[in-house]
Amino acid sequence: MSDMTPAPPRPEVITATAVDDTRDTDIPAMTLRNVSVAFSGKHAVRDVSFDVPTNQVTSLIGPSGSGKTTLLRALNRMHDLTRGANVTGEVKLGGLDVYAPTTRPMLLRSRVGMVFQRPNPFPTMSIYDNTVSGLRFNGIRRKSLLDEAAESALIAAALWDSVRGRLKASAGTLSGGEQQRLCIARALAVEPEVLLMDEPTSSLDPSATKRIEELMSELKDRVTIVIVTHNMQQATRVSHHCAFLLMGEDKAGELIEVGPTRKLFTEPSDPRTEDYVNGRFG
Amino acid sequence: MTVMAADPVVARRTEIQQTAQRSADRRQLLSRFGLLACRICLLIALTPLVALLVYVFIRGASAWNWAFFSALPHPAGIPGGGISNAIIGSLIIDGIAAAVAIPFGITAGLFLSQSDGRIPGLLRLAADVMSGVPAIVVGIFAYVVLVLHHPGSLGHYSGVAASFAIGIVMLPIIIRASETAIRGVPSVLSEAGLALGARKATVATRIVLPAALPGLITAVLLAIARGAGETAPLLFTAGGAQFLANSPLKQMNAVPLVIYQDGIQAYPDIVRVAWGSALALVLAVLVLSVGSRLVSARIRRVRDV
Amino acid sequence: MSVTTIDPLRPGTSRGLRRFLEVPDGAYRGVLAAVAALFAILLLAFIASLVIQSRSAFAHFGFSFLTTHKWDPVHAHFGALAFIVGTLETTVIAMVIAIPIGLGCALALAFAVPRRLQVPLGTAVELLAAVPSVVYGLWGLLVLAPWMRQYIEPWLGHITGNHFPFSGAQIGTGLLLAGIVLSIMVLPTLVAISRDVLMAVSETEIEGAFALGATRWQVMRKVVIPSARSGILGATTLATGRALGETIAVTMVIGNTPAFAHSLYSTSATMASVIANEFTEATEPYHLASLVAVGLLLMALSVLVNLAARLAVRSVSRQRAIGVGLL
Repeated sequence: MSDMTPAPPRPEVITATAVDDTRDTDIPAMTLRNVSVAFSGKHAVRDVSFDVPTNQVTSLIGPSGSGKTTLLRALNRMHDLTRGANVTGEVKLGGLDVYAPTTRPMLLRSRVGMVFQRPNPFPTMSIYDNTVSGLRFNGIRRKSLLDEAAESALIAAALWDSVRGRLKASAGTLSGGEQQRLCIARALAVEPEVLLMDEPTSSLDPSATKRIEELMSELKDRVTIVIVTHNMQQATRVSHHCAFLLMGEDKAGELIEVGPTRKLFTEPSDPRTEDYVNGRFG
Repeated sequence: MTVMAADPVVARRTEIQQTAQRSADRRQLLSRFGLLACRICLLIALTPLVALLVYVFIRGASAWNWAFFSALPHPAGIPGGGISNAIIGSLIIDGIAAAVAIPFGITAGLFLSQSDGRIPGLLRLAADVMSGVPAIVVGIFAYVVLVLHHPGSLGHYSGVAASFAIGIVMLPIIIRASETAIRGVPSVLSEAGLALGARKATVATRIVLPAALPGLITAVLLAIARGAGETAPLLFTAGGAQFLANSPLKQMNAVPLVIYQDGIQAYPDIVRVAWGSALALVLAVLVLSVGSRLVSARIRRVRDV
Repeated sequence: MSVTTIDPLRPGTSRGLRRFLEVPDGAYRGVLAAVAALFAILLLAFIASLVIQSRSAFAHFGFSFLTTHKWDPVHAHFGALAFIVGTLETTVIAMVIAIPIGLGCALALAFAVPRRLQVPLGTAVELLAAVPSVVYGLWGLLVLAPWMRQYIEPWLGHITGNHFPFSGAQIGTGLLLAGIVLSIMVLPTLVAISRDVLMAVSETEIEGAFALGATRWQVMRKVVIPSARSGILGATTLATGRALGETIAVTMVIGNTPAFAHSLYSTSATMASVIANEFTEATEPYHLASLVAVGLLLMALSVLVNLAARLAVRSVSRQRAIGVGLL
């Protein structure tokens, strides 16, 4: 069996993704068709269509206000929690229609996990309880499964070595960067197929940021990652696929261009993309 | 390509998804049930409160007529009569209490808002302590100071003794609430005033207090509502009366006293008066409470324009 | 250091007022400090007068004042135990009823009612906290007591076989009714503060739980309530403090028998109710002193509970505490 060596990331040059032999990477993990999100009638995102390739890191980039986060949150139906939010269009997770009336958000979210901008571990829970909280929410009780998933997730989040001796300690004893990795572990423990990350390093210092970026290339073999970032350099460092959004005249975000990251940054098709990646605005 | 069954991630994923789907119905049902239980608690909590208000309204309204508000109480057994002396008594007692407690309280609040040392901290604690004292104990204090026979005291029940007690009930509320309101004024305003050369007193009265007005009004109205509704402090101070007192130094009646004393009487006429008084008191308190919110919201709205 | 280059007072202010307002800074600070000092003196006088008036009772009866339940004005034997127990009993009954219902109510208001109803219902609950206790007492005595006597007490006695504590003469008024009326009275306070505390739990924590696949109930139970734990504890303690000191409503429905209650249906008395009942008639010197002593005990108890509560509920805004009649 071939070794699952992930492609080492380079700051400037994006190499091709490693071939994953155990998963059919030709079928996209998620597909979006004509997705629009409106709040109380006002559109925040308009008519976005693209595919999220499996086991790769896809980044959503664009200036602030372009609807990146709004679009991301539409993928795991977080807008269900917002009054007045309306999502139209089609979002599919593999064969599942995410917004079908028969789809239960709680089950969807066990397959599509999320990491937020600010680390949000549950303050009253220990590190272990935080890590397995997602599993417990989903009805898993078997202690051996909980332990196994916790260890695997904490290893994957590069946290295992530093916390293995203090799993019962409160999550508040961790530093900011560690807390964010705990949140990543928490999301991973449920073994989702897709992991959504909303500017996960924007509140962290550079070394913590670096550690999480290093994680991502290892994680992509396990989960498909979609990351929102306002930092272009980060997008070139971590993602292989990239979607550029821009606020249109009606204040709604539109998809301008999508494609391999290298292409978007070196030979963009759209002049607006070229302007953005060359730092002329945003 | 075949999927490797030995891949632990995939194996876990499968088991997790299976468990999640199997338990989904149960979890969702539990959630609905839990929310329903909470809503039932809301219903249980609101029902007696609403029932009380409805009852007070119905029984009280049936007692209301012009005579109720304008006439003096009739002796037991004789129908009719009113609570005019109690209404006036309440107005006098609460009016004097407010007239003293409001300036006193706001000034103390101003003091506390400007100092952060240990002594102000103790005073703040003292105000909190006082707000926790049961009103009946306040009544004892007023009795000891102003009713009990000793030099300096009136030696008998009086409206002034009642005002003293009610004022003490109002005071901590006004102090703490006005301190909060004044602290809420952005310091740039007073700094600007001082920079212009104004004296501290001027800055306080012309800039800070007007800026804190919404909070101050809320504080005052709520304190009055609270003071007007208290009965226990009146028990050993006001004394009650069947006639109109023509001076605050005499003993007098008050609306809460009427409710307390008439409610336990055997004569249905007198009980009816109690209900009517209860409705009057509840309405007054509610109007003050609602009014305090409306006024401060209104002022805030006008300001922000 | 007063430089009057620009006059911040509006033109047209009368000279006299202007002079009055433009007091020197020293005088200003002096007045403020004097007022604050007056307040401190008031508080000290308060405590002092209670201590002085009750001294003779404590001196005469000593520690047995707290441990005897005999309360006999005729023979000048006074012991506060029955009232202390009565106060604790009514408070416990009230809190046993009010805490679960109040918590459920707060959860409902925070998470389980339609958005448009949240503000009106919340305001309604706060306004209910403003209803004077004498009105609760009137309603409790004239409406609830007959109900208790005719329906509730017989029914409860029936299903428990008239077994303790639902035994004894069913007259309506008594310990149980007092506890129930108290619980109704402290509910608005408890609910309003708890609801605030629950809604103050950070949005992002809640989102994180939903994003993992939790149901609403799971989010409430496993994330919101644990995070709001100390605030809820503070709210219940504050409500308990209020229940302890409540006088008028309890006096009107508890029956005022200065003795231990034998069952929930017995009439009894609390520290506050015995004072309200007997104070104006206390001619015997030790009687008055004993009542003041009871008042002192009551005050000490209430203040202690209140202070404990404030330690736990720091996060609650002062405005809210004022609004629900706690300040």
